[in-house]
Amino acid sequence: MKPMQTLTQRLANPTRFMELSRAILPWIAGGAALFIGYAMYLVFFVAPPDYQQGETVKIMYIHVPSAWLAMMGYSIVALSSFGLLVFRHPLADVSAKAAAPIGAAFTLAALITGSLWGKPMWGTYWVWDARLTSVLILLFLYLGLIALRSSLEDEALAGKLTAVLALVGVAILPIIKFSVDWWNTLHQPSTGFTSTVDPSMRTPLLLSAIGFSLLFFALHLKAMQTEILRRRVKTMRLQEVERGERLFTAQAE
Amino acid sequence: MTGFLTLLKRDLALAAREGAALGTALGFYLVVVAMLPLGLGPDLKLLSRIAPGVLWIALLLAALLSLPRMLEADHEDGSLEVMVTAPLPLELAIAAKALAHWISTGIPLTLMAPVLGLMLNLDIALTPMLVATMLVGTPAISFLGSIGAALTLKSRRGGLLLALLVLPLYIPTLIFGISAIGFASLGQDGASASLLILTAISLASIAAGPFAAAAAVRLQMS
Repeated sequence: MKPMQTLTQRLANPTRFMELSRAILPWIAGGAALFIGYAMYLVFFVAPPDYQQGETVKIMYIHVPSAWLAMMGYSIVALSSFGLLVFRHPLADVSAKAAAPIGAAFTLAALITGSLWGKPMWGTYWVWDARLTSVLILLFLYLGLIALRSSLEDEALAGKLTAVLALVGVAILPIIKFSVDWWNTLHQPSTGFTSTVDPSMRTPLLLSAIGFSLLFFALHLKAMQTEILRRRVKTMRLQEVERGERLFTAQAE
Repeated sequence: MTGFLTLLKRDLALAAREGAALGTALGFYLVVVAMLPLGLGPDLKLLSRIAPGVLWIALLLAALLSLPRMLEADHEDGSLEVMVTAPLPLELAIAAKALAHWISTGIPLTLMAPVLGLMLNLDIALTPMLVATMLVGTPAISFLGSIGAALTLKSRRGGLLLALLVLPLYIPTLIFGISAIGFASLGQDGASASLLILTAISLASIAAGPFAAAAAVRLQMS
């Protein structure tokens, strides 16, 4: 009888991961397009302008999912790093490497949409309040991860060192999450998906959040596939070079 | 524990005999602070208002300059490998080196700050608070810095990368250091709360820093 394997153990085989991800990727990507498309339709044609914010409220439907994915992206990097350092899962490094630039992009999107919203609403593109500052630190952390990884030629070592840094940076996540509750800041506290938001706005926000999350997963899976293929190509090149060298020495003899 | 003390003494002796490293850090601190009034104009009111921030940021940069030396020299001459295989846990060895960095860099820079404060027309009444925040905050700089020094041990562009990795980790220290001085200058009673949070940050980095740094060193030695 074959021993029981958990899903993560079975996914440790890159070939199996490629098969599985190829099968589910179109569904996730399609779902993302569907959800985002429908949410944007609701945002632009159905959802009413806010009685205070007017049309600028529409920025929120991009801003909130981006901000949420900025943090989720870092959580994925951190979890993958943990999986790499503790369980030495072969795909953990691929996952951490693939998630970092995507998370950084969503962090940047959250900061940019936030500052575009801040200009008409707060009268300034940027304030140094706790939430904005901590998200900016998160962006720096992402950039640090990417820079550290690219600074080392030994890819295995680069992955592990980056994982150490990613775990050190986890301390920032609770600070971002609770910054609006701990400090009295300009950035409003999260309303969550509570009943204080009218359904006409809550539904598109929820759909948009689901859609962008699916988009994140689709990009993440695709980036992981690309990374696995890149590593395979690299190995094949090295083998090719080795075989060429053997041939060369054989001919010389 | 004797191993820890021996290593601490060795690093301090090296720092004292070399001298140049400390001199460079102090000189850098002095030059950066002296450049600012030249760039901003000699308005004493403005200088006195921004003095705490200038002194703190220049201190961070000066301490950052000396960080790579914490592990680099030992890595080059092979003594770091001896430390990895020694019976003394590597975490303690790193802690000793970070502590030596604090004593040999953090404290001298802190002691120099009041003098530079005079140059920037800092309110004399605020000087004790400035020194207090720096004394409490600089251990975080050394111990968080040890993580950065360990991570960039083998990378090609160590110094610049180190700044990119470590400066974001220093932001909380800077924020609470400045806010304590800010409360004190307004005569409000939030200063002690900020000082306590600053202490908490330092203690947390003393507790966690050596473990992360030791993990990074081990990965690069195996």
